[in-house]
Amino acid sequence: MTPKSFDYYAPASLDEAIRLLGENDEAKVIAGGQSLLPMMKLRLAAPTALVDITKLPDLSYVREEGDHLAIGALTTHDAVEHNRTVKERFAAIDDAVVRIGDQQVRNLGTIGGSACHADPAADLPTALLVSDAQFVIRGRGGQRVVPAREFFVDVFATAVGHDEILTEIRMAYAPPRSASAYVKHSLREADFGIAMVGAAVTVGDGNVCKDVRISLGSAGPTPLRATSSEQHLKGKVVDDENVAKAAELAVEGADPPSDVHGSREYRLEMIKALTRRSLKLALGRVK
Amino acid sequence: MQREKSEAAKVSMNVNGKQVSGSVEPRTLLVNFIRDDLGLTGTHVGCDTGHCGACTVMMNGKTVKSCMVLAVQARGAEILTVEGLAQGDKLHPIQEAFWKNHGLQCGFCTPGLLMSGLYLLRRNPDPTDKEIRRSIEGNLCRCTGYVNVVKSVRAAANSMRKGGEGGA
Repeated sequence: MTPKSFDYYAPASLDEAIRLLGENDEAKVIAGGQSLLPMMKLRLAAPTALVDITKLPDLSYVREEGDHLAIGALTTHDAVEHNRTVKERFAAIDDAVVRIGDQQVRNLGTIGGSACHADPAADLPTALLVSDAQFVIRGRGGQRVVPAREFFVDVFATAVGHDEILTEIRMAYAPPRSASAYVKHSLREADFGIAMVGAAVTVGDGNVCKDVRISLGSAGPTPLRATSSEQHLKGKVVDDENVAKAAELAVEGADPPSDVHGSREYRLEMIKALTRRSLKLALGRVK
Repeated sequence: MQREKSEAAKVSMNVNGKQVSGSVEPRTLLVNFIRDDLGLTGTHVGCDTGHCGACTVMMNGKTVKSCMVLAVQARGAEILTVEGLAQGDKLHPIQEAFWKNHGLQCGFCTPGLLMSGLYLLRRNPDPTDKEIRRSIEGNLCRCTGYVNVVKSVRAAANSMRKGGEGGA
């Protein structure tokens, strides 16, 4: 299968890429292309121009920056997976990247591309939401930073405007006695998730939950925070009973689709099960 | 900046150690450039949707599905296809291992599996079976049930640990 014809641009600078996008209403940015190209081959997407940003320098890095980790938008899933700081400090992100597609996809697919594609069934958006990531977006007027809760706007839609480019994702280091986890249910290992849940916890004296974030994937048009579960857990002892109650509450506000991969009812039950599992996994990782 | 109208784009890259070039539409997939323009038909098109991995080649030392890469994106890249594995009549140790261990039946998926196996062994010379299985997640085989594929990669690992890519 061949995509519809398009003009191809390989700009040498970010500013040039942003200008090209501004001049072409139907242009799309291509990075690893592991979501966009299959869609173009199926003619689900037919941009008239592609702006290839993979030749831009300095957008592939993982840097420790004082209070946060900065990941360049063009950093591949494989590079994220093999980063020690990610593994040690951002376990939910690590759990997610190892489950993305397969080795070939992880060799080309990028963290920025996955975030901007914003597939509600993809792994990284849910993991980035639970990690409270910040998104650095460059446009003609300079750059702005958007928090995860505002970044994912709708199915395949983010806060990144047509003539803007995501350049960096930042995640703050969690305080001591914090940990996170991401779990996904899919029929086969490399499949898109039928349900996914991320959990990030900070535990205080007496095993009391000082802070918690829970995010759900495949549970609506965008990844969602399970706010009722979070409110239930905060300030309480993180014992089996409270975790179970939080898991029950996770489906409040969730609106999963019914489709060939799983019914709405099945997904709702899986969200509860995965919320319990992700919380237990995260709590087990607290040092 | 390189800018190409939809009709024609010049591409050049290194394939199996040889510098090649051609003129393609920007929408041309790398696999089509390799098969149709270069005549290297060892790289197979299976599903053409990015699932099966039969079209796996190495691009700058990393495995990619060549049906999910544009030829223009591979400009200046070093590409390794199955044709570049053997040295004359001498099979690459991973080919030798698949042959000796019945790692293939119909052989359609084999060019891709060889690439994924080799990529793993270059990064991890002594993988566990679990690591081997994970490394071939992106390569579908409908004949073998994978048991002999895993066995073949394990045998190739043993052989390459002793004799490198020249074979034991």
